[in-house]
Amino acid sequence: MSTPTPTLVVHHLHTHFFTKAGVVKAVDGVSFTVEAGKVLGLVGESGSGKTVTGFSILGLVDAPGKIVAGRVLFKGENLVDMPERRLRGLRGARIAMIFQDPMMTLNPVLRIDTQMIETVLAHRAMPRAEARARARDTLGRVGIPSPEERLSSYPHQLSGGMRQRVAIAIALLHDPDLIIADEPTTALDVTIQGQILFEMQKLTRDAGMALVWITHDLSVVAGLADHIAVMYAGRIVESGPVDAVLDRALHPYTRGLIGSVPSRNRRGVPLQQIPGMTPSLLALPEGCAFRTRCERADAACGLPPDLIERRAGQRARCIHPYLDAPA
Amino acid sequence: MTPDVGDLDGRVDAGGGRETPLGRLAVEFFESRLAGIGFTVFAAIALVALLGPVIAPQNPYDLAQLDILDGRLEPLSVGSNGMTYWLGTDDQGRDMLSAILYGVRTSLVVGAISTAAALVLGSALGLISAFFGDRIDSLIMRAADIQLSFPAILIALILIAVLGKGVDKVIIALITVQWAYYARTVRGTALVERRKEYIEAAVSLALPKMRILLRHLLPNCLPPLVVVATVQIARAITLEATLSFLGLGLPITEPSLGLLIANGFDYLMSGRYWISFFPGIALLITIVSINLIGDRLRDVLNPRLRR
Amino acid sequence: MTVFLIRRLMQSFVVLIIMSLLVFVGVFAIGNPIDILISPDATQQEIERATAALGLDKPMWEQYWIFLVNAAHGDLGRSFVFNEPAVGIILQRLPATLELALVAMLLTVVIGVPLGLWAGLKPDAFSGKTIMAGSILGFSLPTFWVGLMLIMLFAVELKVLPSNGRGATAEFLFIRSSLFTRDGWAHVAMPATNLALVNIALVIRLIRAGVREALLMDYVKFARAKGLGMRRVILVHVMKNIMIPVITVLGLEFGSLIAFAVVTETIFAWPGMGKLIIDSINLLDRPVIVAYLMLTVLLVTLINLLVDIAYSVIDPRIRLAEPEA
Repeated sequence: MSTPTPTLVVHHLHTHFFTKAGVVKAVDGVSFTVEAGKVLGLVGESGSGKTVTGFSILGLVDAPGKIVAGRVLFKGENLVDMPERRLRGLRGARIAMIFQDPMMTLNPVLRIDTQMIETVLAHRAMPRAEARARARDTLGRVGIPSPEERLSSYPHQLSGGMRQRVAIAIALLHDPDLIIADEPTTALDVTIQGQILFEMQKLTRDAGMALVWITHDLSVVAGLADHIAVMYAGRIVESGPVDAVLDRALHPYTRGLIGSVPSRNRRGVPLQQIPGMTPSLLALPEGCAFRTRCERADAACGLPPDLIERRAGQRARCIHPYLDAPA
Repeated sequence: MTPDVGDLDGRVDAGGGRETPLGRLAVEFFESRLAGIGFTVFAAIALVALLGPVIAPQNPYDLAQLDILDGRLEPLSVGSNGMTYWLGTDDQGRDMLSAILYGVRTSLVVGAISTAAALVLGSALGLISAFFGDRIDSLIMRAADIQLSFPAILIALILIAVLGKGVDKVIIALITVQWAYYARTVRGTALVERRKEYIEAAVSLALPKMRILLRHLLPNCLPPLVVVATVQIARAITLEATLSFLGLGLPITEPSLGLLIANGFDYLMSGRYWISFFPGIALLITIVSINLIGDRLRDVLNPRLRR
Repeated sequence: MTVFLIRRLMQSFVVLIIMSLLVFVGVFAIGNPIDILISPDATQQEIERATAALGLDKPMWEQYWIFLVNAAHGDLGRSFVFNEPAVGIILQRLPATLELALVAMLLTVVIGVPLGLWAGLKPDAFSGKTIMAGSILGFSLPTFWVGLMLIMLFAVELKVLPSNGRGATAEFLFIRSSLFTRDGWAHVAMPATNLALVNIALVIRLIRAGVREALLMDYVKFARAKGLGMRRVILVHVMKNIMIPVITVLGLEFGSLIAFAVVTETIFAWPGMGKLIIDSINLLDRPVIVAYLMLTVLLVTLINLLVDIAYSVIDPRIRLAEPEA
């Protein structure tokens, strides 16, 4: 019996930005797989390349950026270099994206119903009234009360949580097979965040949707994701099942990230931090990009390490991984 | 969306370019060929205007030198005294080339004086507005808004109708029309800069207010001010020419390109185009070159469009 | 909203009062009122009589009050030249100027908007760069000179368009205008184009800048992520955002067009208000000057007020300011 084609396979993706100051390798050889009904948490700080990865999948990288190598297989088909027309047919229908700040992503001068109906009609021909009904139903699905009123409103009339639900509703209009969510709950209150996370989880389980959840917040990933991939300076430095990675992190950076989360530290013990700052992508250190901030670094780290499977299903890009018991 | 690559300002220029802000500005400015052309042309015009009386074949406003029999001659014709009229003559026998040289000089001088005065006045008001805030700020900005909501030509017309004609009145009109732009610009920048740390530092060192204003705040307000000034000089020159054309600007004793063009109006129908055409070209070249410079300056000094 | 409206109305009113004060002070106080209001070639007796009749021997503030009251009644004196009420003369000429301004505005929108869009969407293409170069030329060229060149080209050399005057008028729906005749359009073509030139350049630059900025915005990326085609993204999403400031600028420019018609009307001998004022200034027909200034100030203030109101109505963020939970 053959395993079904994974919904998303990203294979050695390279996205570079050709700026006046030099070539910025925002995504420098990223690979991962997401199966149907599974959630991948793509974790990293700002500048790690996680957002650009998301855009690259959808083919929305604008000049001066460009995908220079690699493949993105959506249900077996390569999206890179796919004709724009076909790609447009997939966007919003089979693959949807949720952005971080809905105040900026929803057009402030267009009504909610306009923005939802146009998404419906872009992919299926139907009478306008039917499209509107569909929009209303989807708003209900994401838990928005009195959807009819919301449809006639403008984005600035809704609260932050409501707007983000609208953005999620828009993503769900055509029951996509894959959703890429880029920090969708970062700007929201914790309680709203919890609600949205719950609903996303339900959708994945019930509809068999694949979800890539991009975030810098490990606590979110812990409860939601099945697998996790940690990015640093454009590369994946660790990947694996979420429990394995969070409990027994291999890569020093992952350890640092986990240790920096205040809740994991005990009272009275000084907060752990990763020394130094994320390097500018124009001036990366030779070899391992994390070298300059790593307590385990030595001369051998001057050569770029490969992503190697160290334990079952768990990979790390490091020649001095933490193979011992959890911290 | 270009990822955040940190501070690019401290980059080392591999081409060995200069690191001073002014040096960098100049390098970027001249990257645009059009701006380079504009700059060169304007420099040439300014030079010509400066040397006008020296290089002009004739002083077109010395009546003794004019011979009315030489009037309305075509370009490249030779006059009764053996002089070649490169661009023809007008109805009074004035050599167009000389008249244009003098005219450009006047246009530039009037434009420069009024812009400089408006800049000083406007900036002073803008700084006062930003620094003292509250009612003074309201008052000055309200006045500026009201004035800016009226078309420049209307304001100039009102002033000339009320004050009468003359060089000084024209300059007053030009200043009145411009000051509000400078006031607004300086006030805006000053309000932003005011909150920055270097001002706090200066204040905490108990430096006299005047000194803080002039030596610390003002230099940082300069970039947008320069852009506005360039645009305004072009507008001032155009407005003065328009007023002169309408007969409401500079008097006949002060050579103005607008007046020359007006003179030539009557002869258009009979095909003697050169009396209006060449002064117009001179005016056009002057204004276009200034606008090219201003455009490029705006692009170079605008942080938002940097990639 | 109503509070905003009332406040704006009060503001406009204050502006009008200030301007009337300025004009009054300028005409009645600075200049010699005798010269201003009484025909220059009156006899001494007539002067004395007129002085008393016009109340010029009364204190300044009382004179100002009389001036205001008269102005409110539409009485701004009689023209020396035409010997008719100044306001009447100006109002007679108003339709011609409005025609000119309207056609110029029409040209601005029809030519400027598409060109601006194109330049914004393809800033690095040859066509885009040409349009931008053209726009620099457009607002650098002195309007009056362009007018002369247009006459030279189309009227003198090519002889296809009339060089001056207004065309024949016809009536339609109680409005008498030269825009209803072919001859009228032939006459208005050059002056309107001349007047519109600077505006067209302005609109092109404005829209191009707006489009370039809008294309970098997140909502454009989001719209594309939803699978919308660029056509819809630009025509609906981008346009709606930039049209708001563009419409306000256009509205304000309308007042400018009316004022700047002074130049165009002089060149093309267009029988509007503008030509009248130039003639009046030269002939020292002060009542007409005053009437023109007051009327134009009124018009411009009114237009500014309407534009402000329109802006707050069109932009939904201002119109519906209360966020619900």
